[in-house]
Amino acid sequence: MKLRVLRAGLLIAAVLSIPIACRRGGGDEILIGEYGSLTGTTATFGQSTNNAIQMAFDEINSAGGLLGKKVRVAVEDDQSKPEEAATAVTKLINQNHVVAMLGEVSSSRSLAAAPICQANNIPMISPSSTNPRVTQVGDYIFRVCFIDPFQAEVGARIAWEILKVKKVAILSDVRNDYSVGLQTFFRQHFKGFGGEIVAEQSYSEGDSDFRAQLTQIKSANPEAIYVPGYYTEVATIARQARELGLSVPLIGGDGWDSPRLWEIGGEALNGCYFSNHYSVDDPAPAVQKFVADFKKRFNQTPDALAALGYDAARILADAMKRAGTTKGDKVRDALLATKDFQGVTGTITINKERNAVKPAVVLKIENGKFVYMTTVKPTGT
Amino acid sequence: MTTFLQQLVNGLSLGSIYALIALGYTMVYGVLRLINFAHGDVYMLGAYAGYYLSRKLKGDEPSLGSALLVMLGAMLTCALIGVVIERFAYRPVRRAARLTLLITAIGVSLFIENTAQLVFGPDPKFFPSLAPRADFHVGGVRLTSEQLTVIAVSFLLMVLLRFFIMKTRTGKAMRAVSFNLDAAKLMGISTDRIIAITFALGSALAAAAGVLIGMQIPKIDPLMGILYGLKAFVAAVLGGIGNVPGAVIGGLLIGTSEVMVVGYLSSTFRDAIAFGILILVLLLRPQGILGRAQKEKV
Amino acid sequence: MKGFVLAIVFVAVLFLGNSLLTGGLLPGFSVSPYFLQVVSLAGINIILAVSLNLINGFTGQFSIGHAGFMAIGAYVSAYVTAAFGDRIRGALGMLPPTFQNSALLLIALGIGAACAAVAGFLVGVPSLRLRGDYLAIVTLGFGEIIRVFILNIDAVGGARGFSGIPRLANFAWIYLFAGATILVVSRIVRSSFGRTLVAIREDEIAAEAMGVNTTRSKVISFVVSSAMAGVAGGLFAHYLMYVHTNSFTFIKSFEIIIMIVIGGLGSITGSVLGAVLYIVLTEGLRQFAQYRMVLFSLLLIVIMIVRPQGILGHRELWSFFPRRRRVEPVPPAVAG
Repeated sequence: MKLRVLRAGLLIAAVLSIPIACRRGGGDEILIGEYGSLTGTTATFGQSTNNAIQMAFDEINSAGGLLGKKVRVAVEDDQSKPEEAATAVTKLINQNHVVAMLGEVSSSRSLAAAPICQANNIPMISPSSTNPRVTQVGDYIFRVCFIDPFQAEVGARIAWEILKVKKVAILSDVRNDYSVGLQTFFRQHFKGFGGEIVAEQSYSEGDSDFRAQLTQIKSANPEAIYVPGYYTEVATIARQARELGLSVPLIGGDGWDSPRLWEIGGEALNGCYFSNHYSVDDPAPAVQKFVADFKKRFNQTPDALAALGYDAARILADAMKRAGTTKGDKVRDALLATKDFQGVTGTITINKERNAVKPAVVLKIENGKFVYMTTVKPTGT
Repeated sequence: MTTFLQQLVNGLSLGSIYALIALGYTMVYGVLRLINFAHGDVYMLGAYAGYYLSRKLKGDEPSLGSALLVMLGAMLTCALIGVVIERFAYRPVRRAARLTLLITAIGVSLFIENTAQLVFGPDPKFFPSLAPRADFHVGGVRLTSEQLTVIAVSFLLMVLLRFFIMKTRTGKAMRAVSFNLDAAKLMGISTDRIIAITFALGSALAAAAGVLIGMQIPKIDPLMGILYGLKAFVAAVLGGIGNVPGAVIGGLLIGTSEVMVVGYLSSTFRDAIAFGILILVLLLRPQGILGRAQKEKV
Repeated sequence: MKGFVLAIVFVAVLFLGNSLLTGGLLPGFSVSPYFLQVVSLAGINIILAVSLNLINGFTGQFSIGHAGFMAIGAYVSAYVTAAFGDRIRGALGMLPPTFQNSALLLIALGIGAACAAVAGFLVGVPSLRLRGDYLAIVTLGFGEIIRVFILNIDAVGGARGFSGIPRLANFAWIYLFAGATILVVSRIVRSSFGRTLVAIREDEIAAEAMGVNTTRSKVISFVVSSAMAGVAGGLFAHYLMYVHTNSFTFIKSFEIIIMIVIGGLGSITGSVLGAVLYIVLTEGLRQFAQYRMVLFSLLLIVIMIVRPQGILGHRELWSFFPRRRRVEPVPPAVAG
C-alpha cells in the first residue's frame, strides 16, 4: 500500500515538475500574444489563422523586424472553449507579458477574452469574429473582418438584386454565433427589400446529415437558399440539396471561402453565390504573393480565415510602426487611425466603432472557380 | 405525402448508420459491461482508413471491386485497432471499478481524437467516390445509390452478425461470456480471446459504418465520431443494451424520429430529441425496448 | 460556538488574503492574475467535484449530467444580475457599494442554486428509479437537453452567449463557497443520513430491507448536489463575465467525473485533490500547444492503469497519517 501511494505521489510530482515555460519578451524582441482553437471542434479554423499569423510575422522579421526588434508570437490553445480562452489570455498578458493580442475566430471566445484585454489595456485584434458586440466591449478591441449586419445585407442584395428572387429559405448553424447573426440580419434586410422568407431551418456544427432540413425546405419551394455557415458543412449541404432535387442557388458568406469547398461539394455548387473579402483570382500582387507564399509554406490554398489572420497581424505591426512604440494606449490610437490599409482582404479602414470598413466582393462559383461578380461598398460609416 | 415519404427514407438511411455503430457498443457492453466511449472514434478511424486506402487505389475507375476492397481493408485495420485498444487500455483495468473503466474509455477517446487532429490535420477531407452512382425516383421520392448501399450493407452486416453470434461456436462462447464472465472462464472458455474477438468485430462494424458514411456525405473529419458515437450509444441503450436486434431497432428509431422532428417540429431540437425519446422509453421500460429485465439477486 | 468563531476567521482570512493577493493590502506585492485565475477556476472545480462526489462517490448513483445543473445556475444567476441588478442595488441603497455587490451576488447565487435544485428534483425523481449505466445515460441526456434548451432562449443570448455580466465573484467568494461545500458534504456524509447514502451505495436492496427510503435519500442527495453545481455555475458566470452553452456540454460533465475518479470516489479530500490536479495537468501541459490534449489523455489512461481506485481511493487524506486518525474511514466498496 505504502509503495503504491509512493508511486502515485511520484507520478504527481513528475507532472507538477513539468516546467512552466515563462519566457518574457526581453529587450530585443516584441512579444505578441495569440490565442486560438488549435484543438477542439474548430481546430481547423484556429490552425489556419495561426499559420497565417506566423507567416506574417516571419515576413516582417526577415524584412528587418519591427521598431528595430524581432517580433515573436506566443500562442496559446483554447481548445475551442470560451473559459479556456479567458485563461489563455490572462496567461499571455500576465506570464508572457505580451504587448498586444490577436484572436479569436469565434465571437464567443473573443467575447470571453475581450474584457480581460480591455482591463489590462492590451490592444486586441480579432481576425474574424463578426458579432457586433465583440468590439463594443471597449476601446482596446478591434477587428479586421466584416460585421454580421453588413455581410448579411450583402447576402440579401445577392438574392434580391443579382438573382432577383423573392422567396428565400434560410439554413443556419444554431450553435454558431456567426451563423445565427447572419441569419437574423439577413431576414431583416431581405424582408426590408420586400422579400419573403419561406422556411427557416437549422443544424449544429459537426452535423453531416442535412436531408431532413432540406426536404422540408424543398416543400416550401424557395427560389434560393441562404446558408450562412462554414465550408465544412456548406459543401455537404449543397450536395445533399442536389440529391434531393433542390436545384435553386445557395447564397453564403465568407465562411464558404476555402479550397475544400469545391473539393467536397463539387458540381453541386455551380451557380451558387457568396460574399467574401477578396477573390483568390484578384490580380493584385499582394494577394497573389500571399496565396503563393502560403501554398509554398503550408502546402494548401489559404482560406478566408488565413487571409484575415494575416491582415490582422500586419495591421497590428503597421499600427506599432506608426505609433513608434508598443505601449498599449499609443498602439490603440494608431489602430484607430488606420486608414486605407492595403490588406490581402481589401482596403481596410478602421472606423470609430473599431470595426473594419471594407468593401465586400460577390463571387459566383463556376466549375471550381470563384468568379468575381461585383463589389458592394459599405453604406453608412 | 411525398415529403413524408422522403423524410422516412432520410430517416432510415441515417438510422442504419446509427444502428451499425450501435452494434459495436452493444457487443462490447454485453461482454464487459463497459460503455466504450472510444467506439465513435474507431468509427472515425474507419472512415480515415477507407480514405487513405482509396487514395492508394487511385487511378482505378470507381468500381464495386475497389469499393469492396476499401471496405474490407478499413474493417481489418479497425479490427486491429480495436484489439490493441482492448489489450493495452482496457485489459489492465478490467477488474477495477466500473467508473475506472469508463474514465479509461474517455481517456482513449480523447487520445484518438487529438492524435487524429495532429496526424490527419483538423480540416475535413473529401472522401472519393468508390462505386458508380445513380439516382432513383420513386414517385416524388428521391433515392441515391449511396443511400441504398448504406441501408443494404448495414442490414447484410447485421444479419451476418446475428448468424455469427447465434450459430457459431465463438458466438456461443461470446454469449456465455456476456452471461457470466467468471462462470464462462470456469467452463474453459478463453475469455481474453473472446473479449478480443468482440472488440475486433465491433470495431470492424464501426469501420464499415465509417466508410459507408464517407461514401454518402462525402466529408470526413477527426471529430466526426463524437456526435454519431453518442447518438449510436443512445440507440443501443434505447433498444436494450447488450441486445443485437435491439441496437438495430434503436438506431432506426432514433434516426427516423430525429428526421421527423426536424421536418415537422423544429430543427433546433434535433439533438434534444434523441435524448427525449430515450428518457421516455427508459422511464416506461427501464431495460430498453428489447432488453431483458434483470432480477436482482438478494 | 467554536465552529462559529472558526467560520468567521475563515471568512476574514479569505477576504484579507484576496486583497493581499490582488495587491490591495501591501503596496508592491501581488500574485500574478493568471495564477489567481487558475486557482480560482480550480476552486470552482472543487465545488463541482465535491458536490458530484456526493452522488457518484457516496450514494453510488452514476450521474453524468452535472454540467447541465451548472449551466442552469450560471444562466439564471447571470440573468438575475443583468436584468434585475440595478433594481436590487436600488433597494439596497442604504448599504455601501461593496456590500451592495456582495448582497447582489448572494441573491443571484441563491436564485441560481434554487433553480438548479428544482431542476435536480425534476430530473432526479423520475430518473433515479433507474440504475447503473441507464441512470448515467439518462442524466447525460437531461444535461444535453438543458443545454439545447438554453441555446434556444434568446433573452440569455442563445448561440451568441451571455455577455456583460458584472464581475462580482472573486477568489475569496469562490473559496468561501468551496469551503462551505466541503463542510456541508462532509457533515452530510458523517450524519445518519450520510450513512443511509453509503448503505445505498454498498447494497441498495439490503438498505431497503433495513428500512431506508432509498428513493427519497437518493433524490435528496441529487437535489443538494445539483444546488451546489448551480452555485458553482453562478460563480463561474460572475467570475468570467461571459457564459456560452459550449462551456456546458457533456464533455464538461466528463471532466468533473475525471476529477473525482482521479482523486478517489467517495473521498472528499480526494475530490479536492482531483480538481486541483486536473487544473495543474491542463495548465502545466499548456506549453505543448497541439500536443497538450494528447499528453493529457495519455496521462489519464496511465493514472487509471497504475491507480485504478483513484489516488486516495475511498480514504480521506488524513487517514494516511495514522497517529492523527480521528475519522473512521468509510469501508471500501467491493470492486467490480
